Amino acid sequence: MSLLRVDSLSVQTSDTVLVSNLSFSLAPGERLGLIGESGSGKSLTALAMTGLLPRQLDASGSVLLAGEEVIGGSDRQLNTLRGTAVAMVFQEPLTALDPLMRVGKQIAEPAARRAKRDGTPIMGGALDATVIDLLLEVALPDPQRIAQAYPHELSGGQRQRVAIAMALACKPDLLIADEPTTALDVTTQAEILGLLDGLVRKRDMALLFISHDLPVVANTVERVVVLRRGETVETGLVADVFAQPRHDYTRSLLQAARSFDDALGGKR
Amino acid sequence: MTDITLPSPPTKAKHTISLTFWGGIVLVGIHIVLALLTLVWLPYDPNAFTGGRLDGASLSHWIGTDRLGRDLFTQLMIGSRIALQVGIGAVAIGALIGVTLGTLSAFASKWLDDALAATLDILIAFPTLLIAMLVVAASDTANLWSAIVALGIALSAIVARLTRILVKRVLVMDYITAARTSGSSWGKIVFIHILPNIWPTLSVNFALQFGLAVIAEASLSYLGLGAPPPNASWGRMLQEAQGTVYSAPLGAIAPGLALVSLAIGVNLLADGLRDQIDPTRRNR
Repeated sequence: MSLLRVDSLSVQTSDTVLVSNLSFSLAPGERLGLIGESGSGKSLTALAMTGLLPRQLDASGSVLLAGEEVIGGSDRQLNTLRGTAVAMVFQEPLTALDPLMRVGKQIAEPAARRAKRDGTPIMGGALDATVIDLLLEVALPDPQRIAQAYPHELSGGQRQRVAIAMALACKPDLLIADEPTTALDVTTQAEILGLLDGLVRKRDMALLFISHDLPVVANTVERVVVLRRGETVETGLVADVFAQPRHDYTRSLLQAARSFDDALGGKR
Repeated sequence: MTDITLPSPPTKAKHTISLTFWGGIVLVGIHIVLALLTLVWLPYDPNAFTGGRLDGASLSHWIGTDRLGRDLFTQLMIGSRIALQVGIGAVAIGALIGVTLGTLSAFASKWLDDALAATLDILIAFPTLLIAMLVVAASDTANLWSAIVALGIALSAIVARLTRILVKRVLVMDYITAARTSGSSWGKIVFIHILPNIWPTLSVNFALQFGLAVIAEASLSYLGLGAPPPNASWGRMLQEAQGTVYSAPLGAIAPGLALVSLAIGVNLLADGLRDQIDPTRRNR
C-alpha cells in the first residue's frame, strides 16, 4: 500500500486554477522530487497534502495519506496525521522557527507530542536527552549550548538543521522538504542535502523533496514529477528524465541548470 | 561530514539594564512604595484638620495643607495608591477582554471578523473618558470600582484592535505553519507561540493604557465621577486646589507632578521591559 496517494488533486481560488489534476503516489521509504519554477504550485501541493491550505483556496480530488483522506477531512482528524504520518521542513529556516523560543524547547514540543501520542509520554530529563540526541543526529556541534540558543543566534545552516531536528522529532513516515536548501549558500546547501539524504535512508522515511532546482534533487530522490503552472508535464525515474527529457519545459530547466553550472565553471 | 563552525551562541546573554528601564523602575518604584506605605502608615489622618488653612511647605506638613487644613502629603500618598489601583485594575480588565476578543477576531470567519473590527472602530471613536462617564453614570453610586471597570471596558477596545492586528501578523508566519504541520492544536499555538510573540508589543501598549487610565481616573475625579471622599484622588486634589492655585500653588503642582511622574515612569518601564523580554533586542 502506498503511504501517500495523490489523485487528480486540484487547488483553486475563486477564479484561478493553481494546481490542476496532479496525481502521483509514494511508497513507504520512497523518495520523490516535485520540480518546477516558482509559482508552479509546488508549495501549495505540499500544504494541500497536510490539509493546511489557506482558507481562501479550495482543493478538490483526493489525497490519501497513511490511508486517510486529507481533502475535506476535519481539522481534528487531520491533526492526528500531522506530526505523526507527516512532518515538514520549510524554505526559510529563520521564519520557520519561533524567534522568541529557545531552540531546545522548539524541538522538545513536537517530540513530547509524538511521545504522548505513542502512549509513552516523556518529560523533564528524558525529554532534554531526546532533544540533545536529535541535535546530535542533525550533526550540530555543542548541542547543549545550541539547545539554549535563540534562532537569531544561529547561522542559516544551523537553523535549518534545527528545523530538520524538529521534523525528525515527529518521527514521521513521510518528510516533506519544501525547498530546504534554497535560502542557503552553496556549501551549506550541499551539507544539508547530504544530511537529509543520510537521515531519510537511516530512518527509512519517505521523502517528498520540493525544489526548483533539478540538479539539487537529482542525487537525493529516485523519481521526479515536473510541474509547470500547476500542471504535470513529465514524470519518471530521475535518470530517465535527465537523460531523455520528453518535454520542452524539462529540457529548458535542465539547460538552465547546465548553463548556470558552465557559467560558474568558467569563472573558476 | 564536516561542519562549518559559525559563531556559536553565547553561553548566557549578559543582561544589561538600560537607563530608561532604571528611570522607570525608580519613578514607578516611588509610587509603589508610597502606595504600600499607606496600608500601614500615614503621616496624618487624611480627614483631620491638622494644620492651618493653606499652609505652605514646612517640616510638619511637607507640601503644606489644603484649604481645610488637611495634610496634602497624606492625600498625595493615598492618591498614589488609588492611581495604581486604577491603572492596574483598568489595564487588567482591558487586557483580559481586549486580548481575548482580539485573538478570537483574528481567528474568526471573514464576516464576523469584519463586524468585530467595525464595532471596535466605533468604540474607539468614542473618547475613553466619555465611555467611562457613561458607565459610571449608569451605575447607581460612583465609586472607585465603577471607575476602574468603566476605564477597563473603554481600554479593551483599543487593546482588542491592536491584538487582532498583531495576531493576524503572527498567524501568517512560517513557524505557525510549522507548528501546525507538526500536529500542534490551535489552543496550544495561541499560548506558546502567538501570545509570547505579541507580548513585547502588547506590554508597551499596556503601559500606555496604564498612563491613560491614571489620567482618565484623575479626570473623572476632577469631574466628581471618580472615587468619592475620603478617597483622596489626585484628580480631586487638583480640582480642590483650582480655586487657590495662585495663593497656594503647591496644592496643584504636587498632584500634577505625581500624575505626570507615574505616567512617564510606567512608559519608561514598559520600554525597558520590552527590551528585556525580546531576546532579539537585548544588548543593543
